Amino acid sequence: MAETLAAPAPSYRPLWRRSPVTIAGLALIVLLALIALSAPLLAPSDPLKQVLSTRLDPPSSEHWLGTDQLGRDILSRMIYGARISLLIGIVVVGLAASVGTFVGLIAGYAGGWLDEGLMRLTDVFFAFPALILAMAISGALGPSLTNAMIAIAVVSWPVYARLVRAQVLSLREREFVEAARGLGASAERLMWQHILPNTLAPLLVQASFDMGGAILSAAGLSFIGFGTQPPTAEWGVMISEGRNYIATHPWLSLFPGLAILFTVAAFNLIGDGLRDALDPRLRGTG
Amino acid sequence: MIGVSIITFGLSHIVPGDPAVVAMGDHATNEQIDAFREKHGLNKPVPEQYWIYITNLLRGDLGISLRTRRPVAADLRDFFPATFELSLTALLLSILIGIPAGVVSATARNRLPDHVVRILSLIGGSVPIFWLGLILIGFFYGRLGWLPGGARIDNFIPAPPTVTGLFTVDSLLAGDYRAFSSSVQHLLLPALALGYFSTAIIARMMRSSMLEVLSQQYVLAARAKGLRQGNVVWRHAARNALIPTVTTIGITFGSLLSGAVLTETIFSWPGLGRYATFSATSLDFPAVMGVTLLAALVYTLTNLIVDLGYQWLDPRIRHG
Repeated sequence: MAETLAAPAPSYRPLWRRSPVTIAGLALIVLLALIALSAPLLAPSDPLKQVLSTRLDPPSSEHWLGTDQLGRDILSRMIYGARISLLIGIVVVGLAASVGTFVGLIAGYAGGWLDEGLMRLTDVFFAFPALILAMAISGALGPSLTNAMIAIAVVSWPVYARLVRAQVLSLREREFVEAARGLGASAERLMWQHILPNTLAPLLVQASFDMGGAILSAAGLSFIGFGTQPPTAEWGVMISEGRNYIATHPWLSLFPGLAILFTVAAFNLIGDGLRDALDPRLRGTG
Repeated sequence: MIGVSIITFGLSHIVPGDPAVVAMGDHATNEQIDAFREKHGLNKPVPEQYWIYITNLLRGDLGISLRTRRPVAADLRDFFPATFELSLTALLLSILIGIPAGVVSATARNRLPDHVVRILSLIGGSVPIFWLGLILIGFFYGRLGWLPGGARIDNFIPAPPTVTGLFTVDSLLAGDYRAFSSSVQHLLLPALALGYFSTAIIARMMRSSMLEVLSQQYVLAARAKGLRQGNVVWRHAARNALIPTVTTIGITFGSLLSGAVLTETIFSWPGLGRYATFSATSLDFPAVMGVTLLAALVYTLTNLIVDLGYQWLDPRIRHG
């Protein structure tokens, strides 16, 4: 009863009034997705085209964000870079969430030694410094965009496993699951059709935060040479290539860094907004 | 720890390249490569290699680095203090800035200081560390020339005699204030770059737990008693709000080690992160395994310290 009284009144205001920053984040991601999809139409030039006569040109009307040390147009490289960053976010989170959800469902539903074993496995992964493990995996498999995505997914799945397991433990005792079991639903049917759909809300919040995290990690791996390789137009690679020019020609690294910052911030804002929407007690406290 | 060792060991055996060939270089003869495999046990069955590794590990022997040709334990001893000094400074900065920022933000909810803290926290949680490091170097070293852009101490100043391995502490112990000043200056930029993320996380956590605590009845009672606002906020509310924040501090210390890989690369900081990067590049898996095991150990110890921290902060846990 006390809980009912303490619960905040539901808000019927539209989301854009309640949380304009979440909408701003969402708008930024939609814009980025549109830019990524229409990169060949929007980019002023080929992102790999070298024009040595215009190398290290500052931002101008001809090259809005300047050119790099090989005379490549930075704006074009950033537009194509958006494709890779979004791809990384989607693939990494898709892989990690699928594996983590599967493991969490099995652990939570089966219980016993299987649950214990799988949870100890997640403990092991939590004990690793994520970037060092990702670096070791990427180093072992060979540095490339695909291997970097696999490496980041490998270090990202345990959080989903824990999240889903906790949800399953509470859901499997609920009346609607009991009722389905009473009606003769098989274990598979209970897991996939009754329990799984109810775990999706917190997963969505985690996935929003992890999209940004995956983009940051992949850019970091590329920066130290374990991810996407030059001359591909990827934001982490671009920052790395501009490293030696930071004091004299800062735009080489400045703009791709800002692109990462805004993209990750947008995903974080969406995550905050979703979390608040799903748990009104947290509204405005994050 | 056994789980961590199995995973790192497993990784070292899915390497497509041959570590013996990598270690001996392109010009080594087949006999030399075979001799290297024999010497390092690389020609034995995988389970036997793991058994040898784990029994050696229990004796404190982490194997020989294929790159530096030195015992990995000796390498870790040499490189760990630099990373520890950097991570600890970053963590201290994060606590000193993050906790007051979170408290101020909560007490000024929806006013200018709150908005400023929230925007800075959002940026801190989203900014790539390596990019921030580069921008700091470009501005404070390249443009203004105020602070050094890399290494632990100026070239022309001899490193203090090693006692703890932490240059700031060792230079103070030796009474060498020139070395102390230089090492503090060299620490500032990398610690700021590395610590910004954890500062943001700590400030957010502190803000949210302060908001919760400030709405509790005992805070209302303290106010009703006529206590001053500062007293209510810092003595009554902040101390209780610190309890969940301590967990966050523990977790962020683990993330500092990951961040150290990137920060050390940018600032040419001779620590474990840079050692791990070079080792992974040259497929030196005994070294990578050593670093990951040490990092996992630090993570476990940090969790233990966090648990003890709870007991100190919350007498209910101590006496429970």
